[in-house]
Amino acid sequence: MQSAKILILLIASSLSGNLPLSAAEVKVFAAASLREALQEIAGRYQHQSPDNIVFNFGASSTLARQIEEGAPVDIFFSADEAQMSRLESKGLIMKGTRCNLLSNGLVIVVAAENGANVRSPKDLARPEIHRIALGDPRAVPVGVYARQYLEKLGLWDSIAPKVVPMENVRGAMAAVESGNAEAGIVYKTDALISKKVVVAYSVPLNEAPAIRYPVARSKEAREPDASTKFLAYLASQPTAEVFEKRGFIVLPNSER
Amino acid sequence: MTHEDWQLIEFTARMAATSTLLVLPLGLALAWCLARGQWRGKVLLETVVMLPLVLPPVVTGLALLKLFGRRGLVGSWLHNVCGFDFIFTWRAVVLALAVMSLPLLVLAAKTAFEEVDRSFEQIARTLGAGEWRIFFTITLPLARRGVFGGTLLAFARALGEFGATIMVAGNIPGQTTTLSTAIYQYVQLGEDGHAWLLAGVSACVAFLAVLVASKYLVRQAKR
Repeated sequence: MQSAKILILLIASSLSGNLPLSAAEVKVFAAASLREALQEIAGRYQHQSPDNIVFNFGASSTLARQIEEGAPVDIFFSADEAQMSRLESKGLIMKGTRCNLLSNGLVIVVAAENGANVRSPKDLARPEIHRIALGDPRAVPVGVYARQYLEKLGLWDSIAPKVVPMENVRGAMAAVESGNAEAGIVYKTDALISKKVVVAYSVPLNEAPAIRYPVARSKEAREPDASTKFLAYLASQPTAEVFEKRGFIVLPNSER
Repeated sequence: MTHEDWQLIEFTARMAATSTLLVLPLGLALAWCLARGQWRGKVLLETVVMLPLVLPPVVTGLALLKLFGRRGLVGSWLHNVCGFDFIFTWRAVVLALAVMSLPLLVLAAKTAFEEVDRSFEQIARTLGAGEWRIFFTITLPLARRGVFGGTLLAFARALGEFGATIMVAGNIPGQTTTLSTAIYQYVQLGEDGHAWLLAGVSACVAFLAVLVASKYLVRQAKR
């Protein structure tokens, strides 16, 4: 009799999708450049929380589009402010949860093996450089940053015809790795991950556009409490160490 | 419709036409070989040709990317010997379209060749006609409806190909962007209205192609 009651309780609770023992599942939509860092951070988070972190990585512009179309999301971690602001202006971001956690650097990369001879951004305009892989400069943050930088140098018009717009920063890097594009512009942190590319030129931080990674909770988060906890963990000191180890710049509280 | 839209449609049509023209002689030769005669490796060849029809297009794209990439088997040779690249150029667009549309032509043409009454070919042979002449004056004219229908289907497939194209040719505006990849791009950029417009254009073209093709294929079946 007793066991039957328990069984009924179990079935009822599983039907309601809320097993008492089950942990929350926090859905995080994050910029492709954050992949390895966030996976490591989520792995560490498992030691102190029963909650499960599930990721969807991609170009921030693509993720923002998915969120606009109603994709289930708890936390959005963008690689630029424009995409976050677009969602915020549509009322999809929880007020007061947005903060700029990270910054990054831009680098020009070439293949590690038989790479093109590039020493400065000006070299990208040379005729022997046929194809330059960027994130799509119309929307993908790393491409938008690269375009802004090249525009500032007055090089964009001569480089634009050679641009191969890729889906996200990892796509741009893969095109350089395979040798199908002679050069590419990616984040410093991406270049650190790949053994098949080398940094040909690091853009000085004061010359590059201000790269900001804002993170915020979705207004329609299914797991608001668990999301808030993970957001706090993302802004904590142990997490900052992981980001810094992987080459990100963790912004001080005054700049967040 | 903007000037860019018209350019896009013109480019897509040009690529699909180029691909179809390339595929036509190859496809007819393959279809004829598969319809006539029994030989070793026939099943294997047929399977390889038909593979793009059943494989996910991105898998076909991946194979082409690895083969024709700068470090690929064919791609490195072309780069070093002939001095040109495939990946991220219009050549890659044609390549992807051709590989993806070849099976449709082969399938239709093979069936059409098989349905040709072989006794006509035999008679021509006894009258002293060579194999080439028999093919062009007897077999091909008798199979023309199936061949034409298959060609149209291949052209329509080429017009709408997406998966393999985006893998090998990317999505470079004004250089490798086709109707399908442009639609995808506009959705990504949040310009849904523009995407719908182009979607309408491709739907009209596909509808017409299937209408005409099915007319020819059905008539052949009835005869």
